[in-house]
Amino acid sequence: MELLKEARNGNKRAIARLITLAESEAEEASHALQQLYAYTGGAHIVGITGPPGSGKSTLTDKIVKKLRKEDKKVAILAVDPTSPFTGGAILGDRVRMSDLNLDEGVYIRSLGTRGKLGGLSKAVHYATKILDACDYDYIFIETVGVGQSEVDIVKTADTTIVVMVPGLGDDIQAIKAGILEIGDLFIVNKSDRDGANRLSIELQMMLDLNAVKSEWTPPINMTVASKSEGVDEVVEKIKNHFVYLQESGELTVRRRQRLETEIIDLVIQKLTTYMTKKMSKEGSYEEELNRVFNKETDPYTLVNKMLNESLK
Amino acid sequence: MAEKLIRVLVAKPGLDGHDRGAKVVARALRDAGMEVIYTGLRQTPEQIAAAAVQEDVNVVCLSLLSGAHNHLFPKVVQLLKEKDAGDILVVGGGVIPDADIPYLKENGIAEIFTPGTPTSKAIEFITSHVQ
Repeated sequence: MELLKEARNGNKRAIARLITLAESEAEEASHALQQLYAYTGGAHIVGITGPPGSGKSTLTDKIVKKLRKEDKKVAILAVDPTSPFTGGAILGDRVRMSDLNLDEGVYIRSLGTRGKLGGLSKAVHYATKILDACDYDYIFIETVGVGQSEVDIVKTADTTIVVMVPGLGDDIQAIKAGILEIGDLFIVNKSDRDGANRLSIELQMMLDLNAVKSEWTPPINMTVASKSEGVDEVVEKIKNHFVYLQESGELTVRRRQRLETEIIDLVIQKLTTYMTKKMSKEGSYEEELNRVFNKETDPYTLVNKMLNESLK
Repeated sequence: MAEKLIRVLVAKPGLDGHDRGAKVVARALRDAGMEVIYTGLRQTPEQIAAAAVQEDVNVVCLSLLSGAHNHLFPKVVQLLKEKDAGDILVVGGGVIPDADIPYLKENGIAEIFTPGTPTSKAIEFITSHVQ
């Protein structure tokens, strides 16, 4: 597999091609993915999530620059939403990271959520595996933390960073969305603005209410990413968290759990693809739908019938 | 379900702070169902070529209103070739005199869209020329 060899040698064109092929589930990709799995596991995967405009990309840019000073190879997967109406997307996270374009040790890839059928988690899963096998030390996954699929992505990370900003009524938002449970690290960005201290205190109070279930207490860091303030401390905390994961054995536990959900996800996605194809191929589907619509039969009988027929 | 999705890089090379046109094009391409990656203002040809390779785009759209197109557009094409990415379609747009268009086409820019071009024309060109 020439492409895989090239990619593992650090050829970014080859890495990029491989991700595209995997994203579209091309034949060539599945072979490469099978082979590269053995090389995975070396990267520290960091998820960054938070509301739009909270400064995730700017923060990522600064964190990565700091890590580059230590000569670490870093990859960034920047996820932006796909329009559910046209299937198109504008992916603009690179705007905040253009200094990193020419850095040989950095790879940045923008991904669209591509809508239904768990397309996003699949694309992120493949891309992460490819980059991990290509010896990147850190892989950052950046998503807008508003929907279930984004939360799912972040759950695949070793370390999850939740970015908040003052002035969005975030204290209440935080309890609503349940993001308090997923953060290993909290950041109050744009902390030179009014309300930053209050947000930090409220966050601390909320976190204190979490049921104690681990040795790790999620720290809250104040940053002004645009001025690089507080970024060094964040990098320190990211590393501390990884050390904690390794020493407590939680890394093994988390990765084992992740493997399980990944495999179930992939099976479900393959099944969905298979069923959708099969149903659209056999013309009877439309007819059956009409029958249900006209109350000649009911949806539940149809579903059972479809399932039984395809599992034969 | 290997439906082919066209990925496009919309880039603003050189010292030119006006990206209204680029944003209109980006929006139109998005509405045509493409994935559009926008680089932001004042990019060097090197930055643009690097982004195009990392993003594995099918098309690079360059927008320039400063007059430096004869220098910057061919430079992007040349850098892509050096990176073994000469298969990426490069198109340009902006305030570009008719007299310069033949030179740009000779140097690897597939098409130039000047002010007043309907976005549908650019979409059609891209869709029919992406391999």
